Amino acid sequence: MRNQFIQMVEASNAEARKKFPEFRAGDTVNVRVRIKEGEKERIQQYQGVVIQRKNPNTNGESFTVRKVSNGVGVERIFPLLSPNIDGVDLVRRGKVRRARIYYLRGRMGKAARIKERRGNYASATK
Amino acid sequence: MPIGLIGKKIGMTSLFNADGRSVACTVIQAGPCVVTQVKTEDTDGYRAVQMGFGERKEKNTPKPLQGHFKKSGTTPKRKLVEFRNMGVETETTYEVGQEVNVTDLFEEGQFVDVVGTSKGKGFQGVVKRYNFAGVGQATHGQHNRLRAPGSIGASSYPSRVFKGMRMAGRMGGNRVKVKNLRVEKIMPEANLIVVSGAIPGANNSTILIQR
Repeated sequence: MRNQFIQMVEASNAEARKKFPEFRAGDTVNVRVRIKEGEKERIQQYQGVVIQRKNPNTNGESFTVRKVSNGVGVERIFPLLSPNIDGVDLVRRGKVRRARIYYLRGRMGKAARIKERRGNYASATK
Repeated sequence: MPIGLIGKKIGMTSLFNADGRSVACTVIQAGPCVVTQVKTEDTDGYRAVQMGFGERKEKNTPKPLQGHFKKSGTTPKRKLVEFRNMGVETETTYEVGQEVNVTDLFEEGQFVDVVGTSKGKGFQGVVKRYNFAGVGQATHGQHNRLRAPGSIGASSYPSRVFKGMRMAGRMGGNRVKVKNLRVEKIMPEANLIVVSGAIPGANNSTILIQR
């Protein structure tokens, strides 16, 4: 149990956490990233497969999203609670058997497919 | 010019700043402090404000101090600290018995200094205490010189070891001041102040925040 004063300071983080849907490794998500270009601010979409969530339930929680862009694998790591992340949309839930699906890196095309996770059973919601 | 408050180190956390960068921060409970004595040039020869922080039981307070607290009309405090020339620059006057809060002295974005007592490390060798590199290699037949201090001086001249030579000994437990920490956040409802970076001492230790 963390100190009550520290919890007060982190209260905004707990609030920010609520705006995200439940997602885990194997899911396909669309991340809306705020990008500053000089004075202007715009939102960039980045869609791909979540391959891991690191340090869950901490301030430093992050997740890695992988996609294949023009035949080149791209992985971006997002700090979950960063103000630069406008939001995360769950596009498709995937059925995988491990928390970190690094094996996806060695696969291309058909081999990199992930089965869809259907239904709303307990394991789907955490 | 030290203008400050007495506080308690609560612990560390991290916050995202305006640029979206994650900053390591320390949470400090600062004040409220009570002015227990105001020293002036007429009475004491210099100007200062003495403040108290934290409660303690009357039975645990020495009799002379009990009298001191009675004079200022406050309950016995755990820690008394004098801030020299406090309020001279801004021409604020402090009165005995007055309560001083975080918001009176600090605002977000300011840079402050924090004074605390570092954690005691006990008797430590030179590698930990002074960041010496040790002597020689770890392998190739080397056996007991890995964390040794090496030479501590020349030979028949001067035939002695110079004073102040850095050697093993007690480490930590010193008064340490960390300068220019940014005030990231102030939460007046709980008297909390969040500064960037680390500050000396263990959690729950008494510290001073100065400007």
